Amino acid sequence: MPVIVTGLITILVGVGGMVAYFWVSNYLLDQVIYPARGENIGRNVRRATAIRPWLFVFPAVFALGLYLVVPVFYSGWLSVTSFASENLAARGRFANYAAIFSSGGFRIALLNNFLWVLVVPAASTFFGLMAAQLTDRLSWGNIAKSLVFMPMAISFVGASLIWSFVYHPDPEIGILNALRTAFGAGRGITFIDGDIVDSFWLMVVLIWIQTGFAMVILSAALRGVPEDTIEAAIIDGANPFQIFFKIKVPQIMPTILVVWTTITILVLKVYDIVAAMGNQYRNLEILPTQMMQSFDSGNYGFATAISVVIMVLVLPVMIWNIRQSRAEMR
Amino acid sequence: MAELKLTDVEKVYGGTVRVLSDINLDIETGELIVFVGPSGCGKSTLLRMIAGLEKITGGTLEIDGQVVNDVPPSQRGIAMVFQSYALYPHMTVYENMAFSLRIARLDKASIDKKVRAAADKLQLTDFLDRLPKALSGGQRQRVAIGRSIVRDPKVYLFDEPLSNLDAALRVATRIEIAQLKEQMPDSTMVYVTHDQVEAMTLATRIVVLAGGGIAQVGTPLDLYERPNSTFVAQFIGSPAMNLLAGKIVGTGETTTLELAEGSGQVTSNYPSREGDMGAEVQVGIRPEDMIATEDDTFAFQGKVEITEALGEVTLLYFQKSAPDHNAVIGKLSGIHPGLRGKSVRLTAKPEKVHVFRDGISLLHRDGSVFVPGVQPH
Repeated sequence: MPVIVTGLITILVGVGGMVAYFWVSNYLLDQVIYPARGENIGRNVRRATAIRPWLFVFPAVFALGLYLVVPVFYSGWLSVTSFASENLAARGRFANYAAIFSSGGFRIALLNNFLWVLVVPAASTFFGLMAAQLTDRLSWGNIAKSLVFMPMAISFVGASLIWSFVYHPDPEIGILNALRTAFGAGRGITFIDGDIVDSFWLMVVLIWIQTGFAMVILSAALRGVPEDTIEAAIIDGANPFQIFFKIKVPQIMPTILVVWTTITILVLKVYDIVAAMGNQYRNLEILPTQMMQSFDSGNYGFATAISVVIMVLVLPVMIWNIRQSRAEMR
Repeated sequence: MAELKLTDVEKVYGGTVRVLSDINLDIETGELIVFVGPSGCGKSTLLRMIAGLEKITGGTLEIDGQVVNDVPPSQRGIAMVFQSYALYPHMTVYENMAFSLRIARLDKASIDKKVRAAADKLQLTDFLDRLPKALSGGQRQRVAIGRSIVRDPKVYLFDEPLSNLDAALRVATRIEIAQLKEQMPDSTMVYVTHDQVEAMTLATRIVVLAGGGIAQVGTPLDLYERPNSTFVAQFIGSPAMNLLAGKIVGTGETTTLELAEGSGQVTSNYPSREGDMGAEVQVGIRPEDMIATEDDTFAFQGKVEITEALGEVTLLYFQKSAPDHNAVIGKLSGIHPGLRGKSVRLTAKPEKVHVFRDGISLLHRDGSVFVPGVQPH
């Protein structure tokens, strides 16, 4: 059977199945379990109304439970029960954790992750804020914004490829080296050769992608700053810099924090860029690439232990992020 | 402290849309000038031009004899209170009031002194550490005023400062502003409102703006008693002045008028010239000046369609004589039950009868009167 036919059948079965589910479950609720007739009509309608939301939420809860909640616990379980060797198993429940924390590769990955978290969200948010403010009143601001936003539409691997060309050692290919030679440098230099600081070249890729995201959100927030507070500041004698930093930025601080933490969470999970651009260098590794390596080599104990560490790192940021965005909505 | 002089000021948007033209106005030190007018008349625009938030596209604006057309707002010596208060939401009351002083790099001690003095004057001392969101509407309003006071401006500008307050608070704050003005007799204030009660109670002079120009400038009672056009006559006072079609039948020191409808006769204290004999005019009588009468000399006779008894007064809405006429309204003091559906005769005292020829008051026809081409309401 051609792929397109199986694809269409899958779509039909999926959509039809959902429609059938909602129709049948609601029919059962309204006609069989709590029919809107008879002597208990009031009670029945009330109960049916109370139950109905659960019918609609159930598929999502079920799918998320199956593919998200169960794996989390299973990973946790594997990390304390699955061991690559008898030797390791003999050292107790948390042997996987002890082993990864004492491995040099893991520590480098942890340090790199820390650097990524420090640099990328800060830089993306900063550049996004600048882009949002600078394009705000321009006649061609929307074009500029589209350009800044465009990398958001490129996959991480695609972006890594683009930047691999940018960093390419051959001046005929890499634009950075082309620029260097244009200014008189002799040969091209290799930007990414496994130095620990080379991580920064990789971070540029993610900053390039995420600046657009930060800009769009912050641009909307800046538009939401009441115009008359700005006019009041003009009358109070504030110059454009003071208006921006003392009036506008403080008023959108909640949004800035949400953008910051959202990018932080993303950075803690980033994998593709390092895998695509720095996979051969141990010095550029981050936690997710370490996890994948353990997974690929069949060491599920290490892989799940690292994933639990990542989760523990993301969790507080996540909770704070959700709280902050809820507070902002109020 | 400051006088404000506007000469031939105009505002044109995009080279074609003229919203204000020929604005000539002298505001003297210590005056509280109120701009009133129907919405869209440009009163807020004019205020924002004085503030420097809108560019003046023609004419000159002088503050204390200095042309300030191109002087930035902060150096014009003005302060503005916004309709929405425009408090900085992330700053405490203290910081809100201190902001302009900090921008001006004053030393801490004198900032503190000024802020506390203003807070004291406005009873805000207990709230200095609060954020604006923790304040009531009236308190926010006072912070906005306090923010102006600390700058010690030559001219205070108020842009509909009371319209975000509820009715009771509006009355209280209006009185507070009046008291504030009395405490600062030398400060000049310009106040924009669409509420004529605010205009009548606060103003030393009212500027009625309409149709892109100044319809009339005068003290509140001047505008009430001697409106220069039917526009101002109907704009000031509520319910609006009744305008009845009539004809001049007697001229001289006082004018005798015959009404087109019901051919009643009234006398007005407005003087007229011999040439006015037989001229078609509009006879203006305010609802509150209408007197019920049994006499044969009445100004108006009509059937009462609706009555509204407010206790202190009773409003009578008369049947329209033609669908496109405004309903004549009478406002009789006290309670008058059982008038609905009855035919009632009304008249007015000669000093309360206004006469307009071609929309211009007989009292003002020697000067140039700008008659806005819009309806007052």
